[in-house]
Amino acid sequence: MYHKSSPTIAASEITSRELFEQRRQFIQLIAGLGLAALLPSELSAGEKLTIVKPALYTQPETLTPYEDVTQYNNFYEFGTDKEAPAKNADTLITHPWTITVEGEVHKPQVFDIERLLKLAPLEERVYRLRCVEAWSMVIPWVGYSFSELIKQVEPTGNAKFVEFVSLHDPKQMPGQLNPVLNWPYREGLRLDEAMHPLTLLTLGLYGEVLPKQNGAPVRLVIPWKYGFKSAKSIVKIRFTEKQPISSWTASGPNEYGFYANVNPAVDHPRWSQAKERRIGEFLKRKTLPFNGYAEQVSQLYAGMDLQKNF
Amino acid sequence: MPLKNLSNLMVSRIKALILVLSLLPLFKLGVLGYLDQLGANPIEKLTRSTGYWTLTLLMLGLSLTPIRLLLGWLWAIRVRRMLGLFAFFYASLHFLCYLVLDQFFDWAAIAEDILKRPYITVGFPAFLMLIPLAITSTNNMIRRLGGQRWRNLHKLVYLIAVGGVIHYWWLVKKDLTNPITFAAILLLLFGIRLKYRMLKVSRK
Repeated sequence: MYHKSSPTIAASEITSRELFEQRRQFIQLIAGLGLAALLPSELSAGEKLTIVKPALYTQPETLTPYEDVTQYNNFYEFGTDKEAPAKNADTLITHPWTITVEGEVHKPQVFDIERLLKLAPLEERVYRLRCVEAWSMVIPWVGYSFSELIKQVEPTGNAKFVEFVSLHDPKQMPGQLNPVLNWPYREGLRLDEAMHPLTLLTLGLYGEVLPKQNGAPVRLVIPWKYGFKSAKSIVKIRFTEKQPISSWTASGPNEYGFYANVNPAVDHPRWSQAKERRIGEFLKRKTLPFNGYAEQVSQLYAGMDLQKNF
Repeated sequence: MPLKNLSNLMVSRIKALILVLSLLPLFKLGVLGYLDQLGANPIEKLTRSTGYWTLTLLMLGLSLTPIRLLLGWLWAIRVRRMLGLFAFFYASLHFLCYLVLDQFFDWAAIAEDILKRPYITVGFPAFLMLIPLAITSTNNMIRRLGGQRWRNLHKLVYLIAVGGVIHYWWLVKKDLTNPITFAAILLLLFGIRLKYRMLKVSRK
């Protein structure tokens, strides 16, 4: 199996950049020739994914550079500094990997990562990411609508919510030795939010397999919610009748609500959410309701008091 | 004990060393900035770093009286002004980072921050209180105010330090390790002073 013999040192460090690029081009070429299926699955960070549907750039947004996207992360499982995940995440073992889907479903099952990669055609989606800390990025994710997975497990009539549970293993995730959150990391969505086509089951970014510090090998991206709603390194998905309690809500219920929709009109109790700093820009820009996706998602919350349901 | 009383020459050398050491964090930020190595969010980095060094220098400045009490190093007080002024220097940089880089003179947003964000509500007056202390730090000002009035005024530094630590505590999202460390140091320093004050009272 190729690429398995380099557990600690990045290939780019022992191979010349040029050769490295050539190797990537070779992989792309093979993928292009339709031989990808004959090779072992694409799993190591940095490997190209075969994207069937490239992004539709409906509105011009400058992408946040790859370096910033992969060096500035909130992923407390690897430390609370934003530089920590990029430094510490190499201990994470992303293969083999499975997601157990259970609860209120007719067909509970275990998905391995190979199956997830083939479950639906991979699409590139350029989404804005708005962190609850009032900074933002624009990231070309790779994945497909989470609804594709929901279809496979057939929720029962009792299923009202979906809970996402991330990996809990302090040996792989040394930040979990610090009880800063109640591990494992848990997040949740209402079923209709989870079904929404924008909710992305994410396997890559910038056309490549998800880097470990970005939540490898599989995470969620919900672009109209604050970043912490988008659970990373998911191992379990549970369909439930009762509303799940997410880790951040448990740690500060008056600061981090269940919905956590991006909303410039509802401040965090300790700082303003009216503006945000786009990484790479100097002046702050105005934060948009639902992070600019109001047209697509506001009907999910029709009639709801968003001040109360923050 | 040779360390209790140092010659004027030794004290000047220690002061020169403190001067260089206190400028190192700024120098490091300058180099990182020049090399474009301040990370994805340089404004946050500059603000956090100057804030951290303000608190560190405040703690160091407040540790000199306890050091004198515990170890009898009489000269320690002679470097206090320099540490205090460097604390003010980093606090000013910290404030400028906020005013210019973070808010870019958005006065409405700044006013809202001061009124509505508790960590700024305590941090901003703590910074303002540093200004009269810096202005009255010269020998001439000490003479003009008179020793007792000057000492009373400079007791504000206790309030400033408490405000600074609370400011940090309230702004952190979740990981309180650093604010707790600063708070513990401050409590320890206050505790030592209190203990000696009580000893003095009981001796009388």
